[in-house]
Amino acid sequence: MILLRSRSLVREKCVEGALFLSALLSIFTTLGIISILIFETYEFFKKVSIFDFLTDRQWTPMFVDKHFGILSLFAGTFLTTLIAMVVAIPIGLICAVFLSEYASNRMRTYVKPILEILAAVPTVVYGYFALLFVTPLLQKLIPDLAGFNALSPGIVMGIMIIPIISSLSEDAMHAVPMSLREGAYALGATRLQVALRVVLPAALSGITASLILGISRAIGETMIVAVAAGQQPRLTLNPLVPIETVTAYIVQVSLGDTPAGTIEYQTIFATGMSLFGVTFLLNILSYKLKKKFREAYE
Amino acid sequence: MNEKQRVNRKKLNKSLDKLFLILGFSVTLLALGILLTLILDIVQDGWGRLNLDFLTHFPSRKPQEAGILSAWVGTLWIMTLTSVIAFPLGVMAGIYLEEYAPQNRITNLIEINIANLAGVPSIIYGLLGLGLFVRFMHMGRSVISGGATLALLILPMIILSTREALRAVPFSIREAAYAIGATKWQTVRHQVLPSALPGIMTGTILAMSRAIGETAPLIMIGALTYIAFLPAPPLQSQFPFLHLNGLFDPFTVLPIQIFNWVSRPQKGFFEDAAAGIIILLGIAFLMNAVAIFLRTRYQKKIRW
Repeated sequence: MILLRSRSLVREKCVEGALFLSALLSIFTTLGIISILIFETYEFFKKVSIFDFLTDRQWTPMFVDKHFGILSLFAGTFLTTLIAMVVAIPIGLICAVFLSEYASNRMRTYVKPILEILAAVPTVVYGYFALLFVTPLLQKLIPDLAGFNALSPGIVMGIMIIPIISSLSEDAMHAVPMSLREGAYALGATRLQVALRVVLPAALSGITASLILGISRAIGETMIVAVAAGQQPRLTLNPLVPIETVTAYIVQVSLGDTPAGTIEYQTIFATGMSLFGVTFLLNILSYKLKKKFREAYE
Repeated sequence: MNEKQRVNRKKLNKSLDKLFLILGFSVTLLALGILLTLILDIVQDGWGRLNLDFLTHFPSRKPQEAGILSAWVGTLWIMTLTSVIAFPLGVMAGIYLEEYAPQNRITNLIEINIANLAGVPSIIYGLLGLGLFVRFMHMGRSVISGGATLALLILPMIILSTREALRAVPFSIREAAYAIGATKWQTVRHQVLPSALPGIMTGTILAMSRAIGETAPLIMIGALTYIAFLPAPPLQSQFPFLHLNGLFDPFTVLPIQIFNWVSRPQKGFFEDAAAGIIILLGIAFLMNAVAIFLRTRYQKKIRW
């Protein structure tokens, strides 16, 4: 009997150890990402000064006259992200308020999953849609629009992000206690007044978290811009001309044959490092905000 | 404010409320309309190219003869490997965090870390796969590197949905098992896990439906855009019948093939791309439908 118990005790400990190791794997993944990025980025900065990297106005690593100014790539990322958020924030928030405060339960249970399909469509499909449907459509309205531009992929990226904002914001608004709404209704407020002056402020940290998550998705989005935005790094805020984002540049280099150890190979890790840094900060911020919201109402 | 102003104000507020109802309804409809437009546009472009030859032909320089054989076989390989690697690891990590983990700093760190990993852009996972699997571990630009990279990518999603499914199992089930002398692992293995399995499967299928459309990380690890052969099949007629050397063969997948066709100047390839998208979307939507079916079915069936 004692032998049996100690044997099962050993098994319990082994199982727990194996489970713990699989949970630790996520830590190793992060460590793996960080160490690979740091290793190659370190090699990169042996050849290029950080000052040039951050201040040079041109990005031409493939040319004879090499320039490594990351600003031109981040200008592209900033521009497409900005356009995407201009599309996604109003539409996403209006959908969220409508579904949470106006729509019937039945409508919400049908519409929400259908909206979420927009986020489940593979991004290369959105790239096709941006290049071959939205761009030609916009060219009828804006004759100056180039075949590759920031506007069309930006808008399509915004469409992709709508459900991220609408679903997460709706969750946050839905979690606001009914008693707050009832208090306002008792004073004679309309649904719109309740939504804008009671529910929105109460759910603000949850809504902000969803917006930050949307921005982070837009910054990291790759295939839409790789297909439809062009491959011309340019320090500009003009949405009508071809540009290149950080992510599209990484794809462009990977499609060619760049041997390990060359400066072109190292550039994708240096740019990837900057990308990881920015999205990392945004993700942590969103996580903290969401946690704060949960503490307030649960 | 006199009585008249008050009445006007009230009327204004009421009409604003009505106005927003109309606005909200039309904006929601607009979002759904865009989804419909996207699907219709693609079906219209690609329907004509969909036939059996399209599935059984390799890519070609002539748009009319090109097919997706190497692409869908590659996708099948990658999806199999990804699920074989990610599912057990994800479920085990989820069980640890939900059932075993003590409230301490390591647990807290793991939780923040997983939340962050779920938000890391997929292209960064591509850099990880390139640096770790392709270069450091010398696995080459192969099927197994691709599968391992996508497995790391969907691991956070599987962990999160496993935890959610475990949390939904009432505590009384565990207490009942303990009361009749079951150990912790016996309780989890025989009582908690079976009840949580439908939820875990739903989350896993959703994660796989995301992995099937991933393009950027596989381009990073060097999946080829033009490939006219298949990885060696795992089942062969000679002894020992199961061959795994296909794991180290180069490959392409459906989304990369689509990307390649979209990037070409000739119009004929756009039709091929659209036809490929119809198949990709078809598989992805089917997986989502299965997941939703599983969720609603078991939500109804199990009553605690």
